[in-house]
Amino acid sequence: MNQPHKEHAELAEKFNADEDRVNWHDETLWWIRQKRDKIVWQLPEWEQLRETASQIKHNVLSHLSEYLLEFEANAQKNGVTVHWAANGEEHNKIVYKLLKEQGVTQMVKSKSMLTEECHLNEFLEKQGIEVVDTDLGERIVQLAKEPPSHIVLPCIHWKKEEIGELFHKFLGTPEGNADPQFLTHAARLALRQDFLTRKVALTGVNFAVAETGEFVVCTNEGNADMGAHLSNVHIASMGIEKLIPKRKHLGVFLRLLTRSATGQPITTYSSHFSKPRPGQQMHIILVDNGRSVHLGKEEFRNSLKCIRCGACMNTCPVYRRSGGHSYHNAVAGPIGSILAPNFDMRKNADLPFASTLCGSCSNVCPVKIDIHDQLYKWRQVLAKEGHTPKAKTAAMKVMAVTLSKPGIFTVAGKMGRIVMRNVPGLVNNKLNPWFKQREMPEAPKESFREWYQKNRKK
Amino acid sequence: MKVGLFIPCYVDQFYPQVAIASLQLLEKLGCEVEFPMKQTCCGQPMANSGYEHLTAGCNDNFVDNFAGFDYIVCPSGSCTLHVKDHLHSHKNEQAAVTIRKRIYELSEFLTDVLQVKGLQARFPHKVGFHQSCHGQRGLHMSQMSELVAEPFSKPEQLLNQVEGIELVALTRKDECCGFGGTFCVAEEAVSAKMGKDRVADHLKQEVEYIAGADMSCLMHMEGILRRQKSPVKVIHIAEILNSTLHEPTA
Ligand code: SF4
Repeated sequence: MNQPHKEHAELAEKFNADEDRVNWHDETLWWIRQKRDKIVWQLPEWEQLRETASQIKHNVLSHLSEYLLEFEANAQKNGVTVHWAANGEEHNKIVYKLLKEQGVTQMVKSKSMLTEECHLNEFLEKQGIEVVDTDLGERIVQLAKEPPSHIVLPCIHWKKEEIGELFHKFLGTPEGNADPQFLTHAARLALRQDFLTRKVALTGVNFAVAETGEFVVCTNEGNADMGAHLSNVHIASMGIEKLIPKRKHLGVFLRLLTRSATGQPITTYSSHFSKPRPGQQMHIILVDNGRSVHLGKEEFRNSLKCIRCGACMNTCPVYRRSGGHSYHNAVAGPIGSILAPNFDMRKNADLPFASTLCGSCSNVCPVKIDIHDQLYKWRQVLAKEGHTPKAKTAAMKVMAVTLSKPGIFTVAGKMGRIVMRNVPGLVNNKLNPWFKQREMPEAPKESFREWYQKNRKK
Repeated sequence: MKVGLFIPCYVDQFYPQVAIASLQLLEKLGCEVEFPMKQTCCGQPMANSGYEHLTAGCNDNFVDNFAGFDYIVCPSGSCTLHVKDHLHSHKNEQAAVTIRKRIYELSEFLTDVLQVKGLQARFPHKVGFHQSCHGQRGLHMSQMSELVAEPFSKPEQLLNQVEGIELVALTRKDECCGFGGTFCVAEEAVSAKMGKDRVADHLKQEVEYIAGADMSCLMHMEGILRRQKSPVKVIHIAEILNSTLHEPTA
């Protein structure tokens, strides 16, 4: 695989060079998984809630075009301007056009994974627009010039001492101060200035209601509201799969989202936006960017149900020990690994293999996406389309013959064992990745087959 | 009751004692057991690597070997799950369908089909039980910690019948050990780290044995234990349940 970027295994190995850090990362995320467990156990109807959400999203995906038109019509009735973007580039151009119309060169943004997916910040920077991410976590990675490593907790890979240093450098906080409360306050003061002076604010969308044309943005910091309320122009960017049919369905999703994400009963702010206030402009950009192609792949369609809670990342034993950046994709972890190959099979061919298929992700997912089954299915697609290493394909072909011919198989097994018993140096060497941190099993004198022949087949 | 014993390829070659224990245990419980000599593998190593389309020959061989048994029993949750989910045959799909319905992992066969109560076994040791993911989340051999649902565990139901055994509680009761088939070499760093962490959880409880229903996970953890020069051993559940044969009560 000639890929321009490093693959998951290599990036994960680098992450593992600092074992204490891996332990810390693992424990931090496991703690969130435990918080999630604790709170979901308080709802006896939890599994029913997940099933309901999954079915609602199933309905949405089956009637997506109708709901989109219904949503557009209702939003327009509310005085909102609706834009359609076929891909990230179109989305970015629409945003830029709106900024130009206002004659501004600055914009505040509250967290939107979609704009990460579209690489909006890079695009706008090239046009000379300054974007300030207003979520604390997002701001931290922005200052550090890094992509987020987690969809809900973008700077989960940063320790508080490191954030203290970063703020010292960029915001002038006292050196060595790593008190989270102090640092948050410092960031807020700096951001307040940005909020007060920016005329355009962009937010993401968590849920858009077809029936009413309104949309809901969930944050814990209230920064989306602050940005939107103080701006003359509010732009909301949403993937077309964010729809739900009716307002009454919101209750199901709002109860699931934050319990799954952080173990809170609900986000601190669940803000409903339906119409611009007098004198304000409100725009919604509906973004496809590969989603309708994805919708056409029946086996993989379910992954469009995702509400971006991040629970699958927190529970994933591989994610916890490899870090979000090892997935080289805007969305990391298990869900990222089944979404990414839709965008670029070649570039992301390694991701469906960055899993043991343990299945924990599918079990925590609040909309019951069959994540680990999709990882398995992606592997089949990738191998068939030639996106797996050639040496592996060759080895698999040999294996296929060996396993269909019992005679060869018995001899091959015996040979293997003889080799291992007599020449352990051959297998126990540095070229064998197994042996780096593990011993090989000791080869017994006889196989079960041989024992059985002697003891049962008289 | 005619039972076909399916022994995963690496168990046949590296852990014959596990296959022997499975066979003896089933015989002791009154089954008529046969090990079809021409069996090879379930094809999972290929399928999980993305090459399910190359498994046709392997599958046909499996069907040839196991058609006609009342039950097929295998001391591995992972291989059992693979057969249940993916066994097909162009030559004889009907037989493949029947096998998919009749294949059981050993401990679920004991609890669900034979409904074993009052096992005569003794294993006076401190043991940590590793829940292998495919058996647990795939075959539902025990309840999963992610779900809001009544807890149960088929392997524990059996182990609780063993005299003298002390089962410890783990900090993370169903976290993956990181074996994952080819994952264990392709993603060596993460795989080994997961294995080390899993082993550490057991060691913290001062176990003498790490037990499990899947030898592949145990092989991975054994590799780590031996590298650490730990005296702690791994053991398959079949060996514990069959232990009176090897260790008669004093
Ligand atoms: S796939 Fe499921 S668990 Fe993962 S982020 Fe999406 S909704 Fe949450």
